Amino acid sequence: MSDFTEAPRVEGDVVYLDHAASTPMYPEAVEVMTARMARTGNASALHASGRAARRVVEESRETVARTVGARPGEVVFTSGGTESDNLAVKGLFWARRHADPRRTRVLSTAVEHHAVLDALHWLAEHEGAVVELLPVDRQGRLDLDTLRASVDRDPGSVALVSVMWANNEVGTVQPLPEVVAIAHAHGIPVHTDAVQAVGQVPVDFAACGVDALTLTAHKLGGPQGVGALVVRREQAVVPLLHGGGQERDVRSGTLDTPAVAGFATALEIAVGHHGERGARVSALRDDLVRRVRDRVPDATLNGDPGAGRLPGNAHLTFPGCEGDSLLMLLDARGIACSTGSACSAGVPQPSHVLLAMGCTDEESRGSLRLSLGHTSTAGDVDALVEAIGPVVERARAAGAASANGYSTRAG
Amino acid sequence: MRVIAAMSGGVDSAVAAARAVDAGHDVTGIHLALSRNPQSYRTGARGCCTVEDANDARRAADAIGIPFYVWDLSERFHAEVVEDFVSEYAAGRTPHPCLRCNEKIKFAAVLDRALALGFDAVATGHYARLVRAADGTVELHRSADPAKDQSYVLGVLTSGQLRHAMFPLGDSRKDEVREEAERRGIQVARKPDSHDICFIADGNTSGWLRERLGPAEGDVVDEATGSVLGRHEGAYGFTVGQRRGLRVGTPTADGRPRYVLDIEPVSGTVTVGPRERLAVHRLQGRQPRWCGPAPDGQVRGTVQLRAHGGEHPAVVRLDGERVEVELLEPAHGVAPGQAAVLYDGTRVVGSCTIAATSRA
Repeated sequence: MSDFTEAPRVEGDVVYLDHAASTPMYPEAVEVMTARMARTGNASALHASGRAARRVVEESRETVARTVGARPGEVVFTSGGTESDNLAVKGLFWARRHADPRRTRVLSTAVEHHAVLDALHWLAEHEGAVVELLPVDRQGRLDLDTLRASVDRDPGSVALVSVMWANNEVGTVQPLPEVVAIAHAHGIPVHTDAVQAVGQVPVDFAACGVDALTLTAHKLGGPQGVGALVVRREQAVVPLLHGGGQERDVRSGTLDTPAVAGFATALEIAVGHHGERGARVSALRDDLVRRVRDRVPDATLNGDPGAGRLPGNAHLTFPGCEGDSLLMLLDARGIACSTGSACSAGVPQPSHVLLAMGCTDEESRGSLRLSLGHTSTAGDVDALVEAIGPVVERARAAGAASANGYSTRAG
Repeated sequence: MRVIAAMSGGVDSAVAAARAVDAGHDVTGIHLALSRNPQSYRTGARGCCTVEDANDARRAADAIGIPFYVWDLSERFHAEVVEDFVSEYAAGRTPHPCLRCNEKIKFAAVLDRALALGFDAVATGHYARLVRAADGTVELHRSADPAKDQSYVLGVLTSGQLRHAMFPLGDSRKDEVREEAERRGIQVARKPDSHDICFIADGNTSGWLRERLGPAEGDVVDEATGSVLGRHEGAYGFTVGQRRGLRVGTPTADGRPRYVLDIEPVSGTVTVGPRERLAVHRLQGRQPRWCGPAPDGQVRGTVQLRAHGGEHPAVVRLDGERVEVELLEPAHGVAPGQAAVLYDGTRVVGSCTIAATSRA
């Protein structure tokens, strides 16, 4: 089964360059899911229908475990990345502090996803956590010396370390093996948000040594609304959701059997092909970046220009432009991309990731994330390259009009 | 034409956008985010700046079938409207932020950006009519619905701005617009009208100003006797013509109500007197704005001195940037900082900001 020869599975003729936001589903995942939706059965029920549903869930769990290098008992299904991050950050913090009340510090980075950052802020505000968001360099990579110094200052007071595998905006891959080594030297557990990484770069739970790992289905060709926290059996986690205790008492709620099946199917395809697809996608991405910079010579690439970057990520700053003007003009031409992480009100905020990397407010606002994935084609890149010159020109004019304090058309 | 429809989340701007589509234009809906922190502005159904309003606008755009975006105008709004509002009150005047918003945001920042992005016009849900003459000039007129007419808050727009404006509701009455919204399946059809100042969350203007300007106590002085009738916590809590909340400790000598006649910002003295002392015969204006060619010398017409205020026959004399308005019948409670909008029949000629008034 090939995952990249079919036509793009997005609406109409859209050139879809927003895989980091959500990825088109693999047809195989759609098929497995729809077939399962036609059947009934609660995976916790004891009769034949229940057992059949449970079998689907457990087979999916085994598939997920096998694919990410974990044991089936370590896979806790959740509603997705945000729930997994909250469960990991809060659940590990509570468990570790309960075991030793001195453990109140949480070390993380300034470029985490809001699902981690906001959970940490909540812990600081309501649970007395002392949160340290460690700085990153110009490429968005965690400074290991700062982490080491911060741990060494008082290792006994650290409840956990949470560092994302790869950044959702600029695609920078974090030095996770080093993070694990520093934390484990003092017996401190490590959580990683690997939502953007799984299916893009090799991720092996056991080999990387982390204690908890977040993943979600819709970033890798599966359905929205389902994900998992992979967490070591010996690691105590205090649950967020109480109820039937379906997921080894760490997570309650009837499992979404069709979604879990679709998730496992997509994950198997995504991970099974990531070698060849990664090479193909990163070649397309490099082509995109090179040709966009041919058309717009002062455009700059944010993040790691080399190997330490997700294959599908191109994050560019276009000086003098507002990112949301660029987005709107490209959208009008049928090209879908993103200015960063969307907020509920749709109000563009300067990206905390770019600000942490030392970008100015203005550079941050003039940025665009173009993310490729399994459906991307050379035609998509051609379409973007064709559009980008005139779009940037217009957006610059609009940027100049916005910068000008007063209307130029008086009288 | 390619049209930007500014959608507040209310029924008027939604129907305006739908009518622009019906007229054959290529319409894109936008909602203006006027605060970085929407919670700091009004919450609930009354305002125009909340996440809920943005969502109402988005759902209206879905129903109409147009693309929709949120434009962040928070910095410009703060600099041009909110700061102006605060400094005008600090100077003892009574500003009108909606006018400023139309002048500096909707038909300046938004229009400039729209034109630069390749659009031709900005459509809003204001109740006012644009009449396009054969020679291409555009006249701004009162709405067909006198009860809803909003030409007063548009009187600051120049012909250059009006050329790119579109007011699809100008010939309609509010109840017709609500019915039409219902018919079109726009969910905000029954949403109540917004009234107060959108960036003051609880509607308590003097409390909001006190937070920004700090307490500034002063005397409440009787104009006739010069005696101090009471103390107040900040002159910015008052508007010329205001009767309530004067904190006049003792009953007045004649037992009649007192009104604010004058606010002196430096000493913070608020002068009060009986209603007849509010009568104004003459006012001086600054910052004239003309909705067409600037008239020369002297014009007769009518002036409106506040939103929802009546019309006063007047003679307006121009001397460069200075405007002198002679009221042929006296007007009461004219607050410096408000706009005087000049009409010729239903046509808006232009406006100025009221700088000072005189009683003779």
